[in-house]
Amino acid sequence: MLLIPCPWCGPRPEAEFHHAGQAHLTRPAQATDEAWAAYLYLRNNPKGPHAERWRHLHGCGRFFNCRRDTVTDRISGTSAPGAEAV
Amino acid sequence: MTQSYRLPSGAPPPEVRFVFDGREMKGRAGDTLAAALLANGVGVVGRSFKYHRPRGVMAAGVEEPNALVTVVRGGGRETPNLRATVVEIYEGLVAWSQNAWPSVGFDVGAMAGWLAPVLGAGFYYKTFKWPVSFWKRVYEPLIRAAAGLGRAPVSADPDRYARRYAHCDVLVIGGGPAGLAAAKAADGRVILCDEQAELGGSLLSRAETTIDGVPARNWVARGLDARVTALTRTTAFGWYPDGMVGLVERVTDHLPSPDPGLPRERLLLVRAKRVVIAAGAIERPLVFPGNDRPGIMLAGAAEIFLARYGVTPGRRAVVATSHDRAWHTAFSLAKAGVAVAAILDTRAEVGPDLRALARDAGIPVWTGTRIVGTGGRNRVRFVETLGAPPVIPCDTVLMSGGWTPSVHLFSQSRGRLRYDADSGVYLPDRSAAAETSVGACAGEFDLAACLAAGHRAGGGEARAFAVEHEPAFGAASPPEPAAPHPLAFVDFQNDVTTKDLAIATGEGFRSIEHIKRYTTTGMATDQGKTSNLNALVSAAAAIGRAVPDVGLTTFRPPYSPVTFGAFAGAARGELFDPVRRTPIDDRDAVFEDVGTWKRAWYFPREGETMHAAVARECRAVRTDVGLFDASTLGKIEVVGPDAAAFLNLLYTGDFESLAVGRCKYAVLLGEDGFVRDDGVIARLSKTRFHVTTTTGGAAFVLNHMEDYLQTEFPALRVWLTSTTEHWAVIGVQGPRAAEVLGPYLENIDLTALPHMSVAEGLFASIPARLFRVSFTGELGFELNVPARFGRAAWGLLRESGATRYGTEAMHVLRAEKGYFVVGQETDGTVTPDDLGLSWTIARRKPDFVGKRSLARPDMRRPDRWQLVGLLSDQVLEEGARVTATDGTSLGHVTSAYRSETQGHPIALALVAGGRSRIGGAVEIPMPNGKIAAQVVPPVSYDPKGERLTAPIATPPPRVSVRLTETPVAVPFTAPCAGVSLSLAPETSRFNIRTSVPLAPPLRAAVHGAHDIFWLGPDEYLAMGDGPPDIVADSIVDVSHRTAAIRLEGAKAAWCINAFCPLDLDDLPPGACTRTVFEKTEIVLWRLSDTIFHIEAARSLVPYVWALLEDARREFLPPPPAC
Ligand SMILES: [Zn+2]
Repeated sequence: MLLIPCPWCGPRPEAEFHHAGQAHLTRPAQATDEAWAAYLYLRNNPKGPHAERWRHLHGCGRFFNCRRDTVTDRISGTSAPGAEAV
Repeated sequence: MTQSYRLPSGAPPPEVRFVFDGREMKGRAGDTLAAALLANGVGVVGRSFKYHRPRGVMAAGVEEPNALVTVVRGGGRETPNLRATVVEIYEGLVAWSQNAWPSVGFDVGAMAGWLAPVLGAGFYYKTFKWPVSFWKRVYEPLIRAAAGLGRAPVSADPDRYARRYAHCDVLVIGGGPAGLAAAKAADGRVILCDEQAELGGSLLSRAETTIDGVPARNWVARGLDARVTALTRTTAFGWYPDGMVGLVERVTDHLPSPDPGLPRERLLLVRAKRVVIAAGAIERPLVFPGNDRPGIMLAGAAEIFLARYGVTPGRRAVVATSHDRAWHTAFSLAKAGVAVAAILDTRAEVGPDLRALARDAGIPVWTGTRIVGTGGRNRVRFVETLGAPPVIPCDTVLMSGGWTPSVHLFSQSRGRLRYDADSGVYLPDRSAAAETSVGACAGEFDLAACLAAGHRAGGGEARAFAVEHEPAFGAASPPEPAAPHPLAFVDFQNDVTTKDLAIATGEGFRSIEHIKRYTTTGMATDQGKTSNLNALVSAAAAIGRAVPDVGLTTFRPPYSPVTFGAFAGAARGELFDPVRRTPIDDRDAVFEDVGTWKRAWYFPREGETMHAAVARECRAVRTDVGLFDASTLGKIEVVGPDAAAFLNLLYTGDFESLAVGRCKYAVLLGEDGFVRDDGVIARLSKTRFHVTTTTGGAAFVLNHMEDYLQTEFPALRVWLTSTTEHWAVIGVQGPRAAEVLGPYLENIDLTALPHMSVAEGLFASIPARLFRVSFTGELGFELNVPARFGRAAWGLLRESGATRYGTEAMHVLRAEKGYFVVGQETDGTVTPDDLGLSWTIARRKPDFVGKRSLARPDMRRPDRWQLVGLLSDQVLEEGARVTATDGTSLGHVTSAYRSETQGHPIALALVAGGRSRIGGAVEIPMPNGKIAAQVVPPVSYDPKGERLTAPIATPPPRVSVRLTETPVAVPFTAPCAGVSLSLAPETSRFNIRTSVPLAPPLRAAVHGAHDIFWLGPDEYLAMGDGPPDIVADSIVDVSHRTAAIRLEGAKAAWCINAFCPLDLDDLPPGACTRTVFEKTEIVLWRLSDTIFHIEAARSLVPYVWALLEDARREFLPPPPAC
């Protein structure tokens, strides 16, 4: 079970969190069909560091950004949305 | 039988009687079953997996591949595949050998041994292929009957299992010398675990060795103080991310009559800041033809049986080794009076000291020699050698091919291994976790060095340990490849020989992972403990590569078998999943599971069938009035100046223009434009909305809303509060609905309440919210009263003679109206237009979630599947395919019922271009033929909706009553000094959202007469009498949403950690936090070291209560004797 550092609550067990997909997607105000489809469906699948979102669902309830290495599962940092990305 | 292989001793431990294969025997307290069987001269203890060869005890610990037994305790307690070397005997133990019929001595299946030449690697894959129809009926049952390990028990496991989370600064895995030194040196909270019954590891079989002048056995317990939680009979079976290690403790298996309060096993999930792995090493067998005969044993095992249990493995031993250490075993045996016929060393050169000692002991020695065969039927009787006398008679062969460090946990921690060419084994190289490997598992075999390394790893200053009278270990020697031979066993448990490995490599397999799967070496419960390296060396030699180039199989957890019971813990039977019951919970109903909820399905009268009950319930709603428990519907209170703007972005409709006091049907889309949920949204004030969701969608919708609010539209000033469990909801539906409700309403004028409106007032003197909404097509209301009043409100309304109806009638009634149900008519690919809901979309809104997707060309194709009705003369099957009359697939049936009102079956279906096919014919192909159907509009009842909007006549005069409260029901709880459980008194609760700090993060604070709990950066819960005197962005009454359990006693934290993964030492008195508790969520508030307040959703309090009861069972006083 991972230990995930919530920006508000500190390191907490993974069971309290929900994964919420890739981070830093921009919801386009205007988009071609192709660009919109990409926003909806195309995601990175890196082997290595990955910017993702988590929610401390069973804790403070906040969504936040998290940088996790998909190979080692190691989390290098988390940050509140809008704060400087980790 | 007599213990004829037991050495005499001055003060023997008490005798213990046990039964093996139906024969009563005697052993000694403290014996393992293997030791006791050896003492009784039992050579054959089981039959091998594939060839049914007789097998005896080969090892002395968990690595034993052969001696697997089933222990039967009665009452359904039957555990197969236990290692006799781990099972501890107790008075009355009953154990059986496995995989043999009719007996281990004479076994019919042993003919498989004669067939060994054809049963080699890949035999099953190649032979049992054709015909395909034989697979399930002939081959599989035959193979399963012939091969395999013990039988699975047939009845439910009667024992209790427990699980808990534990936290420590240092976890030491392995209680041998290195681990003990580490634990003694470590600071803070230390957990030390060892899989054996006592700590000490190799020190337990060192009669003469001293450490710092103290006899090794006495040194074990020295300096192990209260900081150290020492867990024996506890195996570390797996390493999980971020330093979480899984331990399983066998609590009662060794006891003749366990305390019923104790769990049989306990799974510990230990989160350690630092881990010291001192897992030791496993001795390797030598690979030679016939190396599996009973009487052939690992040399180190023989030394343990001798030193710890006073048991000699035989009368006349041959010691075969490639290693110095086994020579000392020979000397010990000789000293104990066992004849040692020969020491056979594969090495050409052996040190003069050893030779001198052998000479002194009178043991003949041959070097540069090896065994090429063995003989004997149920026990080895001789060995054949090259380089020594061709035949040496013996009844015991003690073999040692060197030692393999146990690196499985290190490897699971993602540490990097390196191949050490000198010793021919893999060793820890670079750690990837807060981990240190010490002692034999790190390739260190010198006792003084192990102690020093352990001491350092535990955190101690570097120091030396004075070790005396310990035989020198000698240099390690790499394992050597063995020639292919059908009886040279590599993996004893899976019957894999060097010939099988040669077949696999000969057929082109190169990766050790593939070779493993083709030959089954290193599989099953054994996981290659004794065989891994020998297989690797032989495979590497066969394909002409260096050992490190062949690769290494993955060390997967669990390292040794863990029972399903231990993994499940309390999560079985009633506690497998939470069971949520509504505040009304009318037990006259038959219930159906909807998610974790129990919902009333139908209310049968005595002798009534389901069909008759549902028809009667439908009739009552259409002609009279029905009552429906709708409490499970999700409810979210949306509060703030931007509430309408926010709902406009989340739902398809326009909520800015919704008048206060009115409701709107609302459809929620995903960003992909597909329908996710629906409900009714009521505007209570300019800045406050009451949103309802589907039962199953409640959690999803709140999360979806929070996601957009927190990350996409963070500038909006709006706050969301779940009120699902605060309200009990009663649907009052039917022509007589107003008449039934009217007498109890205050400040609500029903005649002024149009369809799709909401009013706040009193119902039977209790504050209530009344919605005029309908999911049945009749005049209808949904009455919301605070949850504790739900049951009384239900009872009061029943006095009118209203008929209770369940979810089945609800489904029929809504289907008659063509109302869709999320998850039944939708599957994540259905747009609002597909459902005929284009009218719900406010097209002039510049943006809402899903809007852009609805503009994609594919979303507007005329041949999209659209919701229609189907008319047929029999009830269709939900999920059935719908085709055109030419057989072209058009879609599927989504709902189908008998309609009492219509007098014929009705169905809803998603059909390609469905709306343009209305009036046309389709077919539903079924196994017994096609069913003809006509496409019709989805609404079959009151298509104009006149019944919904019917004006309301003046209701009967008001009756003055007051509802009573029904508290959460929990069972009686026994008093207990260790930990007591009670329900906290009911109180008011308010969810408060404000950016002004009311309490520090993760802490409770006092505000006037209220306790304020920090729940999130702008979220607080206020508890006390009435509303708190606080100005905030959003205040929502949630008094009835939760109830609280108070847990008090020295063991309170212990009980919470059975289900909550938090380190409670990080939660000082005054701290509070939302967290998880088994499969649910709680708010945990620590009032003092020993008092906790647990806030849980109303429907989940019984679940949390029952779990806590389970956890504290071991602290309850025993029941009084009768
Ligand atoms: Zn948090």
